[in-house]
Amino acid sequence: MSESQLLRFSTAGSVDDGKSTLIGRLLFEAKGVYEDQMAALQKSSINRSTGPIDFSLLTDGLRAEREQGITIDVAYRYFATPKRKFIIADTPGHEQYTRNMATGASTADLAIVLIDARKGVLPQSRRHAYIASLLGIPYIAVAVNKMDLVEFSETVFDQIQKEFSAYAKEIGLKNLAFFPISALDGDNIVERSARTPWFKGTPLLEHLESVPVAEDRNFTELRFPVQYVIRPNLDFRGFAGQLASGVLKPGDEVMSLPAGRVTRVKELPTFDGPLQEAFPPMSITVVLEDEIDLSRGDMLVDPNHVPHVSRRFAAKLVWMLDEAGGPNRTYLLKHATQTVPCEIRRIRHRVDINTLENVQAERLELNEIAAVVMETRRPLFFDAYSKNRAMGAFILIDPISNLTVAAGMIEESTPESVEPLQLRNLEFVGEANESTSSTQLTNAERFARAGHYPATVWLTARRAVAYLLERRLFDLGCQVHVLADDSESHLLPELSRVLSNAGLIAICSIASPDPGERDRAAGFAAANRFLEVPAKELPARDDDAVEVIIKRLEDLGVLRRKDRFERGEGI
Amino acid sequence: MDSRTLSHLRALEAESIHIMREVVAEFAKPVMLYSIGKDSSVMVRLAQKAFFPGKLPFPLLHVDTTYKFQEMIEFRDQFAKDLGAELIVHTNQKAIDEGANPFKLGTSKCCALLKTRALLDALEAGGYDAAFGGARRDEEKSRAKERVFSFRDKFGQWDPKSQRPELWSLYNSKVEKGESIRVFPLSNWTEMDVWSYIELENIPIVPLYYAKEREMVVRGNQLIPLEHNMPLAPGEKPQMIMSRMRSLGCTYCTGGIASDADTMPKIINELVQFRRSERENRIIDHDQEGSMEIKKREGYF
Repeated sequence: MSESQLLRFSTAGSVDDGKSTLIGRLLFEAKGVYEDQMAALQKSSINRSTGPIDFSLLTDGLRAEREQGITIDVAYRYFATPKRKFIIADTPGHEQYTRNMATGASTADLAIVLIDARKGVLPQSRRHAYIASLLGIPYIAVAVNKMDLVEFSETVFDQIQKEFSAYAKEIGLKNLAFFPISALDGDNIVERSARTPWFKGTPLLEHLESVPVAEDRNFTELRFPVQYVIRPNLDFRGFAGQLASGVLKPGDEVMSLPAGRVTRVKELPTFDGPLQEAFPPMSITVVLEDEIDLSRGDMLVDPNHVPHVSRRFAAKLVWMLDEAGGPNRTYLLKHATQTVPCEIRRIRHRVDINTLENVQAERLELNEIAAVVMETRRPLFFDAYSKNRAMGAFILIDPISNLTVAAGMIEESTPESVEPLQLRNLEFVGEANESTSSTQLTNAERFARAGHYPATVWLTARRAVAYLLERRLFDLGCQVHVLADDSESHLLPELSRVLSNAGLIAICSIASPDPGERDRAAGFAAANRFLEVPAKELPARDDDAVEVIIKRLEDLGVLRRKDRFERGEGI
Repeated sequence: MDSRTLSHLRALEAESIHIMREVVAEFAKPVMLYSIGKDSSVMVRLAQKAFFPGKLPFPLLHVDTTYKFQEMIEFRDQFAKDLGAELIVHTNQKAIDEGANPFKLGTSKCCALLKTRALLDALEAGGYDAAFGGARRDEEKSRAKERVFSFRDKFGQWDPKSQRPELWSLYNSKVEKGESIRVFPLSNWTEMDVWSYIELENIPIVPLYYAKEREMVVRGNQLIPLEHNMPLAPGEKPQMIMSRMRSLGCTYCTGGIASDADTMPKIINELVQFRRSERENRIIDHDQEGSMEIKKREGYF
């Protein structure tokens, strides 16, 4: 029992397609229903018109709902088989409750989409599938229910399977499995039904027991958001949090964000003794070798695979409040362990969940889904939701009512989606390619004046190194300037381009490295005029680190060698 | 099993620890409701793990109705002492002085005064903005829709219709002064999970959970322990019955079950065989259809 795995799944279905009955059936078959609960069911005074035992009453919780005869919110149910423990997020299917479906789907490993065999693929089924894909649920089980009412017709089942598969392909859903069932009678729930000899698949419960749970976990790229600092005395400083992705072992090299410091894991202490290895979704405590400054909201990452760092990004939002929202308002954005003020910069378009068409929108109403551009007051460290759910998910909170107003999923940013750059309209003159330029200055003249070539130094080490390097280069007679990515980090490549055009050495001090920005900056620099210095290649002492960088600039021919410098000679 | 897959108990453990750390990081003055029962014992163990090697960064609060089993009180005091935790005991003394007891008032009113009112008073007196409770969603129908972070207004009331949506593990912890959050780190645990974890972790529990000969009154299909001078109905006679408690509350309101499970493996085995929900023996839940939900709206845990 203690070695079984956990599978979280969500169920979505319309009011009448038998979702509650299916859940009641699963609970009943797995002995998750107690005798006294069964007795209370039979006693229940509400009139309903289903079979001998109304399994659906097991799952309808609150008084108000029992009176209305519908489920109105997300309810969680539990059952276990010898192989697995299951958590069901049971969400209602009617139109106005997109927000509940999204809520249930957010933690699910699998979604059961219910389709009434008599009615086929309804708009509601499509909505459920779309939300499942939006929320990145790795597995979809399509339960074609009420097969008993269509005489277990293979043709009906095939038709539904074909139609749904086509739609799933359109929206990018993967890992589909189809089941012809009768929740009421129990066909193909626990055992293969004799009434569907043409069905070659496994029964539904067996599928739930065998779907690989950890398939989509990411064990390669370390993401450890610092949740809380444990400091019981002066000798102990542990960073507590839940590992979002990657594997962590004592001795592993980690980089802190936003500071960009690289250090190693000293140990992973727990109540039960030190860990040899930690992996997601463990809640752990990390002790580092060096005393570095880290607090809640910061993050430890793999120095070789850093997340995106930006104040501006593209995202999908599901609006969850009955009051409309949109741009020109401040919200609080909670992502990993950080909460920062933000704005919806722009609504790119709204998605019509029935037609999948993009529709222009000025604001967002309850249950609407939209593609937006977000801007936060401080940079976030994130990955696209499609790559890493924990690192791409956020919620928006209204700072006045304190209500959760939206759920967000960060998308892979493209220049088109985010449009970060006002500088795009500037004309870059005097570039390396002189034939298209109207400037009268040549690079040789600039070199003669400055005594060195222009260059871009892309520095992911601690910021102190950047400023010390600036000091040293200045003292050597160079024209130099530090660009720090404190705020408009996405402008750095363009700014460095302007500086090199003017003949300067631009030191880009990158607290939060973003591969896309690095590539842009490298693209702007002339050949051999872009120097990238990863933090881990530098000595611990700032002075030594600066010496190493200056040596590399000399090797590239950007600077004259030091001894020749001192004698006033050329390169 | 893949070596990098957590067992379901360890996955639940990781989730609960995450919840507790989130509360301590985001709230000014959290407190942990400690009811002495098995769920509280598990919750305290999880807190020890969450903040290791530090001590619990919040006090434990016990709302004592004075109708608890003596064994519970002894266990509580020893447990807090061993743990080195701060223990606050709160009683609605005024109501008790005025004669509140379950025999006279009935269980509904008694509970409202000695548990719900007392709890709200204690939370207000302490100025706590977050209170951990050991409730689980599998216990009772109205709990199935409870959030992990459950918002309470200035009067400690719960509104099931306007709960904040809760996605991923991103909990909204924003409250105004006077408002609070009840936090349920064991939301996704079942009774079986709790017992399995107690066995796995060797967690101390009140001996009342183990079967032994106890003096009981048989009333309907309930076994009611004979404590606190409970008045007997005509014709009722106490008898010694091999029995144990499946969940713990006040003596009068906690029915026992006939059982010979006197060890942890026997209890778990009994649970596998047994097909009755644990709160069935709680008299308060059966006052009327939906009674737990009414109590929760008023501020009960």
